[in-house]
Amino acid sequence: METSSHDIVLIGGGGAGLRAAIAIAEANPRTDIAMVSKVYPMRSHTVSAEGGAAGVAADDDSIDEHCYDTVSGSDWLGDQDAIEIFCNEVPKELLRLEHWGCPWSRQPDGRIAVRPFGGMKKMRTWFAADKTGFHLLHTLFQTSLKYTSITRYDETFATRLLVDDGTVHGVVAIELRTGRIRAILAKAVIICTGGCGRIFPFTTNANICTGDGMALAYRAGAPLKDMEMVQYHPTGLPFTGILITEAARAEGGWLLNKDNYRFLQDYDLGKPTPTPVLRSMELGPRDRVSQAMWHEFQKGRGFKGPYGDYLHLDLRHLGEHKIETRLPMVRELCLKYENIDPVRQPIPVRPVQHYMMGGIHTDVHGATPLKGLYAAGEAACVSINGSNRLGSNSLGELLVFGARAGKAAVEYVANGVERRHPNHLLAIALDEERRLEHQYTSSDGTERIAKVREEMQRTMERGCGIYRDRATLVESANKLSELKERAARLRLDDHGRSFNTQLTAALELGFMLDVAETIVHCALNREESRGAHQRRDFPKRDDTKYLAHSLVSRTGEGPPRIDYLPVVITRWPPGERIYGRDH
Amino acid sequence: MADTIILEVARFSPERDSQIGYQTFEVPLRSDWMVLDALNYIKDNIDGSLTFRWSCRMGICGSCGMMVNGVPKLTCETLIAQFAPGPVRIEPLEHFPVVKDLVIDMDVFLEKLQKVRPWIVRKDDRLPAREFLQTPAQLEAFHQYSLCINCMLCYAACPVFGLDQDFVGPAALALAERYNLDSRDQGAPERTDVLSQHDGIWDCTVVGECSTVCPKGVDPSLAIQQYKLTATKEWFKTWLLPWGNK
Repeated sequence: METSSHDIVLIGGGGAGLRAAIAIAEANPRTDIAMVSKVYPMRSHTVSAEGGAAGVAADDDSIDEHCYDTVSGSDWLGDQDAIEIFCNEVPKELLRLEHWGCPWSRQPDGRIAVRPFGGMKKMRTWFAADKTGFHLLHTLFQTSLKYTSITRYDETFATRLLVDDGTVHGVVAIELRTGRIRAILAKAVIICTGGCGRIFPFTTNANICTGDGMALAYRAGAPLKDMEMVQYHPTGLPFTGILITEAARAEGGWLLNKDNYRFLQDYDLGKPTPTPVLRSMELGPRDRVSQAMWHEFQKGRGFKGPYGDYLHLDLRHLGEHKIETRLPMVRELCLKYENIDPVRQPIPVRPVQHYMMGGIHTDVHGATPLKGLYAAGEAACVSINGSNRLGSNSLGELLVFGARAGKAAVEYVANGVERRHPNHLLAIALDEERRLEHQYTSSDGTERIAKVREEMQRTMERGCGIYRDRATLVESANKLSELKERAARLRLDDHGRSFNTQLTAALELGFMLDVAETIVHCALNREESRGAHQRRDFPKRDDTKYLAHSLVSRTGEGPPRIDYLPVVITRWPPGERIYGRDH
Repeated sequence: MADTIILEVARFSPERDSQIGYQTFEVPLRSDWMVLDALNYIKDNIDGSLTFRWSCRMGICGSCGMMVNGVPKLTCETLIAQFAPGPVRIEPLEHFPVVKDLVIDMDVFLEKLQKVRPWIVRKDDRLPAREFLQTPAQLEAFHQYSLCINCMLCYAACPVFGLDQDFVGPAALALAERYNLDSRDQGAPERTDVLSQHDGIWDCTVVGECSTVCPKGVDPSLAIQQYKLTATKEWFKTWLLPWGNK
């Protein structure tokens, strides 16, 4: 087995991983950094983010207002100490990106431009047209190339954390091109592997979003937090699930039902006005807008299509110039994938799984309860998002907490980590190598990967959709147990070493099934409705019992164990979420 | 429209084959399917060993470039029905070594990218407390070059790169120009030194194939011509005005 050794290993090379790497390189240029990514870093899913990144910039705005929007947006499940840190630090992070060359859109005088976004009371979302994530990722990646202390392991697939005596010391990974198995030792590991949208059949997420890091941490003994909090974005293209950015509504787009009616006015989100009003109507938070769309479908007010019901997102009144300058990618995507031009036709949309509020439980420094293990970005849950993330808070989050995790890991390493005898770790690594060898060579499997994956996706949509109830959640939990058993008998057609994407698909399916199980059990246990978690059998928010984070831990072979951790409240006591009217 | 279409897919396993072969698959022909959907149909239902890269399936991650009937394309945004009645030939991007089936080895690009210093270079390390002012016109001056997704279609189309792998190539040159033209950057002289060491750019014949195949509307060909002009000016400055503006 190939072994190598570094000070800090990052798993994942998207926005959070790259930001962490740069933070480490800047904090201590002598730190030996390894970045392990299953794709080339610029392919990471950060690339698909469109609308922007929120950070107070305008004179009429304040940090407190950004905090309040985020707290109320989270339906009071976000930790307010973390939210205050986030809102304070995010403008500086966005400024760093500017200095590194991010092509932010500008005002005529050359200053940064900001746009409105859902659930935000002020205009504070920085944007690079509607390709913000793409520009942010490439700016970070290209900037990272100037730091010689970063060693990249591109297209290297992490399969297991090396844990000894309750401390994380590295990772085992497959070098895809050769199929060689590597033990990459380190004093600290930072997981930045993003979300797990591929657990669901209809998602905006890329093929690589399979919850790898969440599962690696969970299997190693770190708890996951608030996994039941799954965000459905209101506007995905039917069939593909491709995201149409919220910026389309921020620029003035309308959501219409089949009667050409702006139906959001029926759901306590305000009254329609010709131009957008902040925190109102189409600029409501994603959970409330997606739920309203679900109700429209129930009432038969959606359009019927080959891929299910849909509604219209109408941009025609914005005019070609605005669409071309502010929303060029929306137009490009509609033309290519729906064969419609939003300048002339309304866009068919339906709610689509988009983001995990939940993730690996960390503190505000990105540290998990497992010594030596850190996490940041969508893979982590600090939590600033609580039960509903506001659009444009995730790009800022991966910057702020990516940088924080990087700095914290540098400090941890500087304080002197007790080096385990490498033989202990190599024994674990060899054990993992044997497991993978078996996967490569075994030919007695019967289950097709695609079939098990599809059944998992279907049961997750049924059990953990926009509205949930006990009966379907129990059904989903049982189905997942069955699928986990079947996933132990997968059939592989590819027994080669080199670039075996069938083996990685099998490993990804294993990760997804573990993560799916935590989502279902957390959702089953939380007997209230809050933010994105809506129980039809428990329709009210219950602050006496559930003003608390779900912490889910692995228990060997049985169902996961769930504990609750009180939410941190600093200055904003729980209150009613009010949109579209004064309070 | 027929119900199915034939795909002739290039196959190569480094452990098994000495050269690329072709395998034929019959897949459903659906009006809303991209070439990538057809490949995934094969992988999920017919032959799980078929190997290709893909991720975002929305034309922005740059993973799924392949030759489709001899033309470099992002397969996630190339409708398969346009090739009916078929067959459609799917091959790995030209001019790159093949790792397996449709997967190319693109490490050579990452080396080139690093070489052109694709980051903001400042003479002074101190940064302003606020943003660098940049007007929309200044942004426009480099913006199209910043849209490169590193998908390698331009390298597969570039006849010069096909003959000489040392050629920096369209995408890396476009990205060098992206920073050279950015009002915040002061690194153009450093990049000129690096880039003019090789004859490659002078071999570029302005065929413009790179710009034609770019799925993002980047015009690397223009970047190369602009760059030649800059390099020539620098050359004149160096040789004719040795005391000059260095």
